Amino acid sequence: MSEARIVIVGAGPAGVRAAEALVNHGLAPIVIDEAPAAGGQIYRRPPAGFARPARVLYGFEAAKAQRLHAAFEALRPRLDYRPDTLAWNVSEGSLWTQRSGTIERIPFDRLILCTGAMDRVIPLPGWTLPGAFTLGGAQVALKAQGCAVGRRTVFFGTGPLLYLVAHQIAAAGATVAAVLDTSRARDSWHALAGLVAVPTTALKGAWYQLDLVLRRTPWHRGIRPLAVMGRDRVEGVRFRDANGTEREIACDAVAFGYGLKPETQLAELAGAAFAYDGAGLWLPRVDPAGRLAPNVYAAGDGCGILGADAAELAGRRAGLAVAADLGRTVPPREIAGIERRRSAIRAFRAGLEVAFPTPTELAATLPDATILCRCEGATVGALRTVANHKDAGEINQAKALCRVGMGRCQGRVCGFAACQVLAAARGVSVEAVGRLRAQAPVKPLPLAARLP
Amino acid sequence: MTGTMATDVCIIGGGIAGCSAALHLAKRGISVVLLEKGRIGAQASGVNFGGVRRQGRHLAEIPLALRGRPMWDRMVDLVGEDCEFRATGHLRLARDPADMAALETYARDAGALGLDLELIGGNELRRRFPWLSEVPVGASWCPGDGQANPRVVGPAFGRAARAAGADLREGEEAATFERDGKGFRIATTSGLAITSRALVNTAGAWAGRVAGHFDEPVPIHSIAPQMVVTEPSPHVIGPVLGIVGGALYLRQIERGNVIFGGGDGLADIATTRSTVLPRNTVEVGALACRLIPHLARLNVIRVWTGIEGEMADVIPVIGPSRTTPGLFHAFGFSGHGFQLGPIVGVILAELIADGTTPSPIAPFDIGRFVG
Ligand SMILES: Cc1cc2nc3c(=O)[nH]c(=O)nc-3n(C[C@H](O)[C@H](O)[C@H](O)COP(=O)(O)OP(=O)(O)OC[C@H]3O[C@@H](n4cnc5c(N)ncnc54)[C@H](O)[C@@H]3O)c2cc1C
Ligand SMILES: Cc1cc2nc3c(=O)[nH]c(=O)nc-3n(C[C@H](O)[C@H](O)[C@H](O)COP(=O)(O)OP(=O)(O)OC[C@H]3O[C@@H](n4cnc5c(N)ncnc54)[C@H](O)[C@@H]3O)c2cc1C
Repeated sequence: MSEARIVIVGAGPAGVRAAEALVNHGLAPIVIDEAPAAGGQIYRRPPAGFARPARVLYGFEAAKAQRLHAAFEALRPRLDYRPDTLAWNVSEGSLWTQRSGTIERIPFDRLILCTGAMDRVIPLPGWTLPGAFTLGGAQVALKAQGCAVGRRTVFFGTGPLLYLVAHQIAAAGATVAAVLDTSRARDSWHALAGLVAVPTTALKGAWYQLDLVLRRTPWHRGIRPLAVMGRDRVEGVRFRDANGTEREIACDAVAFGYGLKPETQLAELAGAAFAYDGAGLWLPRVDPAGRLAPNVYAAGDGCGILGADAAELAGRRAGLAVAADLGRTVPPREIAGIERRRSAIRAFRAGLEVAFPTPTELAATLPDATILCRCEGATVGALRTVANHKDAGEINQAKALCRVGMGRCQGRVCGFAACQVLAAARGVSVEAVGRLRAQAPVKPLPLAARLP
Repeated sequence: MTGTMATDVCIIGGGIAGCSAALHLAKRGISVVLLEKGRIGAQASGVNFGGVRRQGRHLAEIPLALRGRPMWDRMVDLVGEDCEFRATGHLRLARDPADMAALETYARDAGALGLDLELIGGNELRRRFPWLSEVPVGASWCPGDGQANPRVVGPAFGRAARAAGADLREGEEAATFERDGKGFRIATTSGLAITSRALVNTAGAWAGRVAGHFDEPVPIHSIAPQMVVTEPSPHVIGPVLGIVGGALYLRQIERGNVIFGGGDGLADIATTRSTVLPRNTVEVGALACRLIPHLARLNVIRVWTGIEGEMADVIPVIGPSRTTPGLFHAFGFSGHGFQLGPIVGVILAELIADGTTPSPIAPFDIGRFVG
């Protein structure tokens, strides 16, 4: 019997643990990742030559990062690992990849998508100025290149990453000019019941906040950001504080974000069904084991934001599901253990949603002149115009008429906010305006790339 | 929606052909209900390449294409916006002497019908279009052809038709068709019933089903032409490009994105789904780079396809039914009905209101498939 061909996309926490589960069952998957090294977003490794200790790079998560990297290194001899390789399409039972100008079609028996997440962005006047970064972008600069995005950086938005990245930038020696959180202190109290489900993680979050206080960093909660200011680059941030007073803080960089959104394009091309999560995101439907479509599985933040620990568990669970579906014996006890730990994390995540609610009303109230889709330079007003005067009630229809989400990133950045703007303009629910449909390539593909 | 509505004309299909028919009928004061199973202009009419060309067409289509051409200049008057129509010219390339001979023959025949084409040799071609490689040996140039934005054309015709009084219903799929002495009775899957004196079949790739309800089987099948768009780059490619044999068609929009097509994906009219085959994308990309070398620096940002009805003889069916008085067809545009869409609506309105049209539509008679 020739061995089943199993392909994993993503070598983050989910992908590494999926590979490990397969290898433990005597299977040898192909692992594809567009990054030059394994680790995923959270445990991203610096390029060769940037030797900095794990403690500095990963903070509290250093031990976990090292464990994941070590686990992957141990698996390497049993894997066909392909770094620097973009998976750009799923079609005809095959994954299509591109590396250094060469396209390959990889037929698979099983495919596990561990594609992770990206920043959830809500535009603001001035958000496209040089010096404005997403929280993830600021962190990547720090992890991959060891540099802070500015000398004086204002952090705004909400979610755990807001505090984590602010802390990391401060620890790297740059000034955090302020942390401006759209969520209110009382949201955290309401969330307490969920957060105690994973007390160590909750304590880490509390430490980042305490660290802000100790460093005497200006910290406001319950704010509403109004604009990133500056002529040719970022010079400050204007916001309204919880008392309704408008304020400005000078800075030379901003980092902002409102939590994460899953990377679901490959799942969609693989035939996933999607369900609305009630809070602005459409998530691919998977069963508890990660089954997404015939012979296709998914795990980790790509199925819904649950964090790195949950991603490791889900990856393992999906790996075991593939092994079981290929006729290997998987002890039920092992599955039960994974499920117990996952449900604790789910309770914690539900708590985070309460603690850092996404300010969905923010996009809906943006001024008309605000750039919504930076790839195409399309404004909030342009979208409202087609909504109101061209009867576009669905997001793909609106995109066709005003180019929002039609550019290089295909709406990965602006899609979330665009749906909020459209729904508000039409006076309907966000769910009712639908979801930007994905098409290949999931990221830009060189026209010069060739099949061998 | 449920209930029964009475109207003069019921139109099945809200693509460019159906919407233009609705507009031109409504302008004559004729009452119209148009049923569209999805959204207006979202099928072939909304996702096509956007070429508005006359050259290269089957000679039988030339008179219609010529008559329809001025409508594109008058889009603002007709539907309230220019639909990004630009008369950039259309350049049809030859890759070898046999291709060039085919262009010469075509230029002579089309010229006799009133379409003037200029034949250009290799050196002159590269002088005028210096971004072309050495591969083309010559070309045929049609200065009055051009391009428009398909995504906005169908919806614009739809809005104009509504403004003129037509009743366009989205999300209404015509499912049952009856005809009695007085006229037609159409019912949709959601339970809406329409009674009408005349019925128009502009159901695109699905039109064979409608015709089948009236015992008028036609040799139509579905095709899925594949499209590619790149990231923007400086705007240097003015005209729309085609190539003898049709393996590639390409244009650059003013924003700088290069759009091109070639090859066929998979089309399924049962699910209204079409699928791009990645291999075609890569191969047509390679051909584009061979003809225009600087494209090799660009990235593809999206591919797509759509569902189009193609007739066995690759020209459409336009005209009255041969089995059913009061039924009119316009479908099977075989990959080139975008430019014709507006004028086809005019012709349908003429056939229904005047009982005749000045356009020579005999070659498109549905009767040609009988016997
Ligand atoms: C920018 C960013 C920074 C973050 N920082 C932190 C943090 O500091 N602390 C924290 O607790 N959480 C952080 N998170 C969240 C954390 O990354 C996730 O919870 C966790 O990494 C999820 O693991 P995963 O395996 O599901 O996905 P990821 O770790 O995101 O791994 C996905 C992998 O898939 C690869 N990939 C995706 N699509 C393709 C494709 N088409 N072709 C090839 N490869 C592909 C990516 O390169 C990546 O390596 C961050 C998230 C982001 C987006
Ligand atoms: C990818 C692609 C590229 C193309 N490029 C070009 C080009 O460059 N130049 C050119 O001239 N042409 C081109 N074409 C062809 C051109 O797009 C079509 O010929 C033209 O749009 C056909 O218009 P239509 O109105 O007949 O059909 P459609 O736009 O397909 O409209 C038919 C409508 O009927 C509806 N319908 C079907 N059955 C029912 C029912 N039972 N009840 C209710 N509604 C129904 C469908 O939902 C559909 O909206 C291309 C086509 C494709 C797909």
